[in-house]
Amino acid sequence: MTTSQDILNGNRLALARLLTKIENNAPEGRDALIELFPHTGKAHLIGVTGAPGTGKSSLVNQLALHYRKVEDKKIAILAVDPSSPFTGGAVLGDRVRMRDLSGDEKVFIRSMATRGSLGGLAQSTANMTQVFDAAGFDIVIIETVGAGQSEVDVARLAHTTLVVEAPGLGDDIQAIKAGILEIADILVVNKGDRPGVENTEKALKSMLDLAHPTEKIFRHHGKSMNVDVPKQNTNTKLWIPPIQRTISTEGVGIAELAELISKHATHLLSGEGWSSRVRIRLQVEMEALIQESLMNRFRQDISKEKYDEVFEKVFQRNISPWEAVKMLMNGRLK
Amino acid sequence: MTDKKIRVLVAKPGLDGHDRGAKVVARALRDAGMEVIYTGLRQTPEMIAEAALQEDVDVVGLSVLSGAHMALAPRIMELLRSNGQSHVKVFIGGIIPDEDLVRLKEMGVTGVYGPGASTDDIIRDIKETVTG
Repeated sequence: MTTSQDILNGNRLALARLLTKIENNAPEGRDALIELFPHTGKAHLIGVTGAPGTGKSSLVNQLALHYRKVEDKKIAILAVDPSSPFTGGAVLGDRVRMRDLSGDEKVFIRSMATRGSLGGLAQSTANMTQVFDAAGFDIVIIETVGAGQSEVDVARLAHTTLVVEAPGLGDDIQAIKAGILEIADILVVNKGDRPGVENTEKALKSMLDLAHPTEKIFRHHGKSMNVDVPKQNTNTKLWIPPIQRTISTEGVGIAELAELISKHATHLLSGEGWSSRVRIRLQVEMEALIQESLMNRFRQDISKEKYDEVFEKVFQRNISPWEAVKMLMNGRLK
Repeated sequence: MTDKKIRVLVAKPGLDGHDRGAKVVARALRDAGMEVIYTGLRQTPEMIAEAALQEDVDVVGLSVLSGAHMALAPRIMELLRSNGQSHVKVFIGGIIPDEDLVRLKEMGVTGVYGPGASTDDIIRDIKETVTG
């Protein structure tokens, strides 16, 4: 039996091993992805992001428990933690908060390291969600690294993005900056039993009052994506991100949060929101593949000696990097 | 181009709450370029085997200071085997009497480390068994 058949049949060991192959960028992983792609597109992808220590993992734990107990859904969790920029090693500690979920056949938790990626996810995270999607998981929760202000890749991947805040992290100026708060479909104020929770909620509320609800058309590498997103009907109501207070260690506010998540899915499905998000995700993915294969082709066409020779000229300041690239590219086109 | 990393599950089975050693080892393996999945305290053998499967690790590192290693280790090895993960190497650190050390190795435990063991030795042994 092939790997992809094993995956479709729910073989957990095969699933785990395929995830490794994809993470390692092995050719077998890519072959399986090709076979699995027709089976994707059913799962609800939920992104969970926020600063380190706001309680993302504990929240994911509670949310998954809720989905298991109340809705009997099959849940996959992809938890991303940073790799060391010096050694490439990582300590992946998200499972520590998710022990309540062990022993449940319908939950699959996988930890992964960023391996040098900077947007809050790893390069292979999107492909790994596809495997879970094909394997029949109803909900895939993607937990990012502890994010600062601009790790916003998760919003391009997920249908619904939760941004988790906690009391005491910033004032109302933080709240109107561009970046992470902007990508929230739902704002979660976790650690709701801590002092200062009202202030945090107030700052977020006033941010939302200042905001002009915008259609979320993502910009890629600073440029507007060349995606043909169908214009939203003017009569489609724009989604205003709600604020939900939670205490994830005690499960307070979790049922309400799950309700908001399902409302958001209904909202996206009622208009073009769902399909335009999927469109953007697939396009981002394709662009990344194009870049990778152009890069590979470049490496094949330009010998290392040639490359080193040209680089040496740059290093000696005989030519500029722009001229160097021009030389290399022209050499390739000849 | 494939980019393989050694993945290690570091777990503390049983009831003792001393996780300093496990954290020191986790940190050392991280600094040696490995990806360490840290599961925390009071794990049952079932939880450890399940995590090892989902994370598709190459190595399971157990820290036991309660004296229960002769009960916990065989159970975990058995679960790994029945999950189809007999290729996973098991390492144990903690307070292990010499006579148990021999028996653990006979059971198929790859490495056993007592107090004062050097993290460099652990790293070398893991690298040798996984890649060598």
